[in-house]
Amino acid sequence: MSSAPLLEVRGLNAWYGESHVLHGVDLDIREGETVTLLGRNGAGKTTTLRAIMGILRRREGVIRLRGKDLLGLPLHKVAQSGIGYVPEERGIFASLNVSENLTLPPTVSEGGMSVEEIYTLFPNLHERRSSQGTKLSGGEQQMLAIARVLRTGARFILLDEPTEGLAPVIVQRIGDVLTALKKRGMTILLVEQNFRFAKKVADRFYLMEDGRMVNSFPGHELDARMDELHEVLGV
Amino acid sequence: MSTIFGIPTPALYGQILIGLINGSFYAMLSLGLAVIFGLLRVINFAHGAQYMLGAFAAYLLLNWLGINYWLALVLAPLAVGVIAVIIERTMLSRLYGVDHLYGLLLTFGLALILEGAFRYWFGAAGQPYAAPSQLTGAVNLGFMFMPVYRGWVVVASLVVCIGTWLLIEKTRLGAYLRAATENATLVQAFGVNVPLLLTLTYGLGAALAAFAGVLAAPIYQVSPLMGSNLIIIVFAVVVVGGMGSILGAIVTGYVLGVLEGLTKVFYPEASSIVIFVIMAIVLLVRPAGLFGREE
Repeated sequence: MSSAPLLEVRGLNAWYGESHVLHGVDLDIREGETVTLLGRNGAGKTTTLRAIMGILRRREGVIRLRGKDLLGLPLHKVAQSGIGYVPEERGIFASLNVSENLTLPPTVSEGGMSVEEIYTLFPNLHERRSSQGTKLSGGEQQMLAIARVLRTGARFILLDEPTEGLAPVIVQRIGDVLTALKKRGMTILLVEQNFRFAKKVADRFYLMEDGRMVNSFPGHELDARMDELHEVLGV
Repeated sequence: MSTIFGIPTPALYGQILIGLINGSFYAMLSLGLAVIFGLLRVINFAHGAQYMLGAFAAYLLLNWLGINYWLALVLAPLAVGVIAVIIERTMLSRLYGVDHLYGLLLTFGLALILEGAFRYWFGAAGQPYAAPSQLTGAVNLGFMFMPVYRGWVVVASLVVCIGTWLLIEKTRLGAYLRAATENATLVQAFGVNVPLLLTLTYGLGAALAAFAGVLAAPIYQVSPLMGSNLIIIVFAVVVVGGMGSILGAIVTGYVLGVLEGLTKVFYPEASSIVIFVIMAIVLLVRPAGLFGREE
């Protein structure tokens, strides 16, 4: 079954209320791959992640993880099938301290990192484990948001703009973490605006525009396609 | 006889004790309301009726089945909690997606139906419920005589309030509850069964009200309207403490109970409105309540 994709999305349509926001999105991710969605603001990248997670409920089409249909599942069953979600707004809880935030998501499968391993990887979080979650700096909150899903044993991680608004040194740090996760064989679906960051970690890119997938290419072609991307992304 | 500000001290202590007793009920009831509002965003107008159901459950268990007070203290909250779970599953859970007003109207309607039904069956007059024999009599505290049952109510309510607070602040279940209060969708996206959490929370809130009802049965009479008399004050307590704040509900409950008792001593004419005056002042100065977070 190694040829079958880990995640298979076919003809995905989604709506926010009455407004039709995804138009037949197709997406394949193989086990161990890091795939990055590119596109302008409002192209549907975050929406695609939210539709896969089931946070956005009004969907049609096919979403299969390891061949198992996710579309019919209630929201809390999606994570239990082995997906970790790191939302764009990071979702650190103000009424929980760092350690409670870290241990909040229930374990979804065996083989997650232990709290000790996580604290070794993110020493800052250990130092501030008793602080209120939202008292952390933006970079620390992002680390916490990523660390939180590593504990659960999820092998497939959805990461929504992890570098947004962060200082270069923190971006570098997050890049190192993602590289380490790739080495562990994690599968990552990344939404990212920062090309240089994405280039370092992504095996493949998908390009989105107006709720559609308009192109897909391997990571090493990024430089050659810069002109085309500039046109679509307007950067 | 010794006096403070011209008030005989026994009268003063007596009113403080009554204030503490009332405060115990305010605290337990506003705690349940705060927990329910925090997570479900439902203003549970049926809370007073659930308190009344707890008292009636104790009364009926005793008079129909001969089940004593101590067992009723466990069975009545359990029974009312189960009823609340059924209400949440069959009715309330359908209203989460719509305006909060619908939840309020539903629970208000349920309260009217429950109170009406019990008035039809038992009449508006109160039914007596004797305190258990172990808790009758009074103890001499040196400065005053305290009826044993009243002391028990204060202790039991403190234990329940602190226990609930610990459950919410210190356990894993409590962490789910706090997190879901902030962002239920994300907590569910992490794999927590939030719909179940909502159901259990409503059941727990109602069970707290019923526990307060059983405690109240020997002090106030068991009557269909006992809850609606109390619930208005309890809503004021929740507003003063800050909607959804657990600690705020507990502290404000006891403090306002005692303040009300003191007002009875120093300026009796104001005793029935003092809590509402405080509420008005708090709303002017801190609209989110004393312990509330601005949203």
